Amino acid sequence: MTVEISGKFAALREKGEGALIAYVMAGDPTPEATPKIVRALVRGGADLVELGMPFSDPVADGPTIQAAGGRALEAGMNPGRYFELVAGLEVDVPLICMTYYNLIFHYGPEAFVKKCRDSGISGIIVPDLPVEEAGELTAACGRHSVAPIFLIAPTTPENRVERVLSEAGGFIYLLSRLGVTGAHPGEIGASAKALLARVGTNLPKAVGFGVSTAGQAEALIRAGADAVIVGSAFVNIIASNQDPEEREELEKQLEALARELKTGIRNAAGAAAETVPESGQNPELPENRDRGLENRSNTEKFVQYGKI
Amino acid sequence: MTGATISQPQTNNSELSESTGPEFGTAGKYGKYGGQYVPEVLMPALEELEEAYEKYKSDPEFLKELDYYLKEFGGRETPLYYARNLSKKYGLKVYLKREDLVHGGAHKLNNAIGQALLAKHMGKKRLVAETGAGQHGTATAMVGASFGFETVVYMGARDVERQHPNVYRMELMGTEVKPVHSGSSTLKDAINEALRDWVTNVEDTHYLIGSVVGAHPYPEIVRDFQSVIGKEARTQVLEKEGRLPDSLIACAGGGSNAMGLFYPFLKDKDVKMFAVEAGGKGLTYTKKAALHSASLCVGTEGVLQGARTKILQDKHGQILESESISAGLDYSGVGPELAHLSETGRVQACYAIDEEALEAFHELSRLEGIIPALESSHALAYLKKAAESGELGEMVVVNLSGRGDKDLDSVFKLAGRV
Repeated sequence: MTVEISGKFAALREKGEGALIAYVMAGDPTPEATPKIVRALVRGGADLVELGMPFSDPVADGPTIQAAGGRALEAGMNPGRYFELVAGLEVDVPLICMTYYNLIFHYGPEAFVKKCRDSGISGIIVPDLPVEEAGELTAACGRHSVAPIFLIAPTTPENRVERVLSEAGGFIYLLSRLGVTGAHPGEIGASAKALLARVGTNLPKAVGFGVSTAGQAEALIRAGADAVIVGSAFVNIIASNQDPEEREELEKQLEALARELKTGIRNAAGAAAETVPESGQNPELPENRDRGLENRSNTEKFVQYGKI
Repeated sequence: MTGATISQPQTNNSELSESTGPEFGTAGKYGKYGGQYVPEVLMPALEELEEAYEKYKSDPEFLKELDYYLKEFGGRETPLYYARNLSKKYGLKVYLKREDLVHGGAHKLNNAIGQALLAKHMGKKRLVAETGAGQHGTATAMVGASFGFETVVYMGARDVERQHPNVYRMELMGTEVKPVHSGSSTLKDAINEALRDWVTNVEDTHYLIGSVVGAHPYPEIVRDFQSVIGKEARTQVLEKEGRLPDSLIACAGGGSNAMGLFYPFLKDKDVKMFAVEAGGKGLTYTKKAALHSASLCVGTEGVLQGARTKILQDKHGQILESESISAGLDYSGVGPELAHLSETGRVQACYAIDEEALEAFHELSRLEGIIPALESSHALAYLKKAAESGELGEMVVVNLSGRGDKDLDSVFKLAGRV
């Protein structure tokens, strides 16, 4: 039961809604627990689910997700079990695989992407693979209709933005800030808003890294994001509910956080569609930081999402 | 075997990256190895570094400044010392390239000075570095203090323990040493943590990587700054012997002292090169770890910390923890250029186990009155093994990459003295 990313975003747009993308590490706390965790996230309102495939040396991850990967590896998670687990998930949201390149390289990019498609995965994110080195992976993605999802950082200059966008599929992953993954409650900084404003694309824009509260989610959607990505906040809940006897409590908490985040995203929906600012403003000027709204309205008009 | 052919001696740093190396493909690739496997956040920083390096590597003012600090701060040039007692014992001429005499006690300063100058020209305010044995951390602390950078060094918790004197040294020079507890708490984990710091603070921070590893342009930059070792050695041996040596031996963890010695000799086809890896407890494995650090000898192709290279990994592609008595060689990967040179056969990968390295450590101390670093002791251990088989020829240069003062605690502990 594969759900495509483009279809999902199109359906949400019909409803005038932003998307919640939830990340958890597959196999944390155990491979058996993951399907229930994913279903809880979807019940709470997650529109897409990113499933981490644990790697021993996750350089783009902060302590929370590093520890989750450690627990998953300890519990016996490996690429083979990952694909089995995903194939048996039976949820009606797009599933995205997030992992580091050595696991894909070792498996063979062609075989890995095919296996993703066969297991029901519709997109791949590889945080240590810039477009320069991604040729083999994107080619395989093209052959097997899996979206290669790329990241754009606050440090990415204009010419690189174009290059990244030309290779990207599914949605574009905008980093809210510099640094590694990890929950950072507090106000969404100017860099996330500036990035939303300056990246012009027909792909849905999803903002991640540091997003953990409903207020942040709402602010990002208002600033022009089509989706917010929340990982460490969910993983923190899993980390503090490791007891196998307490799985129901864990599921309840995950579902509740997903619901809260989705409510924040829905709150923003009306407001975002109403404003249509003038074009040609300088996103660097503070008064124009909300220029992302313009892109938002462009996105509204646009029918086709992505390559896939 | 007679002497190798003599080509023109080269002067120091008249130019950093000479065309002494073999022809490679696109920039940053060494055959199929190398590349830039890093988070998007870092790509602009790598580009900025590459641009700065391209600009300064042939800039006479920059090279003059580099030579000045190498000489006046670092104490170069280092002697090429004829080890007469070892020579007599092994029955061949043994020269030691005395990098142990560089300020700080190891070759690491050569690269640290170069990169600190680059960072200064790029307007960076802060340096981060990883360290295994603490030698690169110490070199970074020295340039950090001297050039006024805020300096943070990441060091595996296990290495903090076994190389404690270096931690004190770094702290004395104003560097913050942050112990890393993840993974095997050694060099690989320190690099991960340094990368995470860099990803977070990339705008004002330069990552002063200490070996010929990581994403392009680092392997090239570190090799070039370290190649002062080989340039000097080549000139010195020609002066002393009127011919090139038959063999070069250097230990290799990431491979910076090996590339530094080898690179200026690459075109001298008759000079054999041996990169000696840490054999640890032997080339075997437990379920989660290698009991050695011999990625050139028995590693497989993979992508680790920015580069495609040879690594120690399990059947799924998870990186294996490595092991060695020597913290500086205890690493699951190796520089991409060295992986390439080893695959083409230009460099011969070999190893010495802990026990052999320890034996060589004691032997050099007693025979020559020089206490070598445990890292360099691996090169000396291979010298001993290979001298018997005759594969080294009649004259050999061993890179004595560092001095062993930092290792006294570990060695005495092993000997049951403390």
